[in-house]
Amino acid sequence: MSATTFTAARTIEQTASEPMAQRWAIRWQLYLGFIALALGGLVGLLQAIERIDIDLYDEAGLASYYQGLTLHGVLLALVFTFTFGNAFLSLTTIRGFGRPLASTALVQGAFWTALAGVVLAAYAILTNQASVLFTFYPPLKAHSTFYLGAVFLVLSTWLVSANQLLTWRAWKREHPGERTPLLAFASIATYLMWDLASIGIAIEVVGFLLPWSLGWINTVDPQFNRTLFWFTGHPIVYFWLLPVYVSWYLIFPKQVGGKLYSDGLTRLVFILFLVLSVPTGLHHQYTDPGIPVWMKSIHLFTTFAVVFPSLITAFTLMSVIESAGRARGGRGLIGWIRHLPWGDPSVSAQLLAMLVFLLGGTTGIINASYTVNKVVHNTAFVPGHFHLTVGTAVGLSVMGISYWLVPYLTGNALYGRRLAVAQGWLYAIGVLVFARGQIAGGLNGMPRRTAIGAATYELSSWNLENWMTAIGGVLMAIAGLFFFIVMVGTLLSRKPAEKLEIPVAEARFDSTRTLPLLDRLGFWFVIAALLVVLAYGPFFIAYLPLNLTSPGWNVWQVSGGGDTWVDVLAAGWVVIAIGAFAWFWRLLQGAVFESRRLGRD
Amino acid sequence: MHIERLEKIFMVLGGILLAVGIAAIGASVLAADVHLPAPSGRIDPRTVRTTPPFDQPGVRQIGPNEYEAVIVAYIWAFQVSPDISSNEIHVPVGANVTFKVTSTDVIHGFMIERTDVNAMIIPGQVTEVSYTFDKPGEYLIICHEYCGTGHHTMFAKVIVA
Ligand code: HEM
Ligand SMILES: [Cu+2]
Ligand SMILES: [Cu+2]
Repeated sequence: MSATTFTAARTIEQTASEPMAQRWAIRWQLYLGFIALALGGLVGLLQAIERIDIDLYDEAGLASYYQGLTLHGVLLALVFTFTFGNAFLSLTTIRGFGRPLASTALVQGAFWTALAGVVLAAYAILTNQASVLFTFYPPLKAHSTFYLGAVFLVLSTWLVSANQLLTWRAWKREHPGERTPLLAFASIATYLMWDLASIGIAIEVVGFLLPWSLGWINTVDPQFNRTLFWFTGHPIVYFWLLPVYVSWYLIFPKQVGGKLYSDGLTRLVFILFLVLSVPTGLHHQYTDPGIPVWMKSIHLFTTFAVVFPSLITAFTLMSVIESAGRARGGRGLIGWIRHLPWGDPSVSAQLLAMLVFLLGGTTGIINASYTVNKVVHNTAFVPGHFHLTVGTAVGLSVMGISYWLVPYLTGNALYGRRLAVAQGWLYAIGVLVFARGQIAGGLNGMPRRTAIGAATYELSSWNLENWMTAIGGVLMAIAGLFFFIVMVGTLLSRKPAEKLEIPVAEARFDSTRTLPLLDRLGFWFVIAALLVVLAYGPFFIAYLPLNLTSPGWNVWQVSGGGDTWVDVLAAGWVVIAIGAFAWFWRLLQGAVFESRRLGRD
Repeated sequence: MHIERLEKIFMVLGGILLAVGIAAIGASVLAADVHLPAPSGRIDPRTVRTTPPFDQPGVRQIGPNEYEAVIVAYIWAFQVSPDISSNEIHVPVGANVTFKVTSTDVIHGFMIERTDVNAMIIPGQVTEVSYTFDKPGEYLIICHEYCGTGHHTMFAKVIVA
């Protein structure tokens, strides 16, 4: 170890409130997400150019477009988002409370669990035993390691949540009667929402799909399982989004040189997401046959209600950004825009992500609009929409956050600042072209989740849309490459970072007083659970008894796979090896720690 | 909790916007008579081929200008007539067609381009949707839910003449 990196590591240890053993787990959780982003993005490129008849699936070693699409969806929508949330909101919990997490074992365990989940699912997908897409609707039946992987991934998020709650309790003991710090409050609210939301998928996988894939039960009820899936499947989008909202509300204002708008309003927004996110899932099933129309219409109302906190967010952020621009000397109706720190890649990426999100939110309201949904449901309009939201509002913001986060976590200066600024612009332009292609295609009847280049019914009127999708996708992929050049350069950089702090904004209004009720997450969690019972109770009661009549189908592999137990063992030893490695690593870390401590004394 | 006057106005306007949106949707249902698929019965996907009416796929006239199209979706085709090699449905201009569809295997999609027919076909459930074809032409029925490696080859046609 060279002298410079050693001093850098020392400084981090002294300035930050998290011990190295926790920082290490957080950093690797983040890197796991980056690996998923890189591989997932690469497959995205293949999907985009498939539309102009460039088929590189053989070359990539993928058996079908759909094996690739499963990778893309699982790596990006599940692995990348979960691991980023795990890493980032663990860190903001530490920073918010100004103390380490209560349990080092839990934060490390969350990393190993997520890694085991990725390995298990990747094993099933890469061996072409799970081309079921990231929604894995039964009666498509994947290999059991796919479902096990999903269990582990969700488990890792629960471990993070448990650690937050334990840390909260410890903090309260140390600070009796004090109000929960806002940064920690928002981070915990996000995971509490997800705890409630993930119950659906947990029941679906553990109660039905896993035993089914192991051969313990023979048939499932596709309509019922779909409903369990979407119970989680809508709020999951807020689980993707809220970590980024934590940055937008609480960190980004400081980066643009402004203040957080209002402590109370921020709490209110996160409480509204906690309460309203879950009882909305039926809006993904407007066109399902097995659900009474009146139940669908209730979810229309709750869905529109959860738009409200996002509207507040749009206003609040705009106000924060404008006052920052004016404080920096900007004048006139729009003159302040120029005065924002556009040269800071972390700021510009997040500003662009917010702008794109305006379009993403608007298209989302179109999807949610009940009868209008019939125009767009399952057409290419939908990928058009969600590459603006999760693909950019989240994806590009995460890249922007990484431009300060990775230097913070490694102690290394950001490499290639100008390239990083260009990256944000290129990605934003790329996604606008891409989404324009997909959205127009969808309105023209182009289905989603379809190898359009190979379709036997392709319409010539889709030509322009296909080209826009392809060109936009290529631009996004190039921007992704830029991001990874910057990241790898930063990791290898020998130059120490200048600032080693998490930029947390102060509140412009009422930083000392709020309504006591705005600090009671437990109370709001109960309200959220009650709403869920009201919104889903009628369905579950009216739907019973289950229609368990569907056997499983493998519709992507001509010859059957190997013996299940052989596969489970094969994947199992990988997990065991990882576990052994984890144990060994902890021993090693403990030893290193001890020697450092002795050296210092 | 401090909320600026402008933000209050914005919140009220936002609330009104959402209320107007809901009202417009309400109007589309109540006044314009646009409906979402509703439950139309359960079925055992393993015995679809012997369960009426799906033992006899095809179009039949059930009234003046009223038609019923019974369709079986399976990997990777829509069976729209007793003749398994055909994928065309023929109806006259102005026909109001009720489609009754179910699946023998996995989930499929049922979308007719240039119409508002858009529904899921879920094994174990019967999907029922209807549409009046006022303009002559060829309408693609596309499976718009992933159903395996042949998914992009799964389609049929409604020919209105
Ligand atoms: C290089 C950048 C990217 C490109 C070129 C790309 C391209 C695509 C394309 C063409 C599809 C549609 C496939 C189809 O419907 O047949 C798709 C689907 C999807 N993309 Fe991306 N994408 C990119 C990045 C992302 C990112 C960053 C995310 C999320 C963080 C994301 C999440 C998804 C999801 C969830 C789907 C749906 C998968 C499914 O339907 O099962 N993509 N992508
Ligand atoms: Cu199909
Ligand atoms: Cu299909």
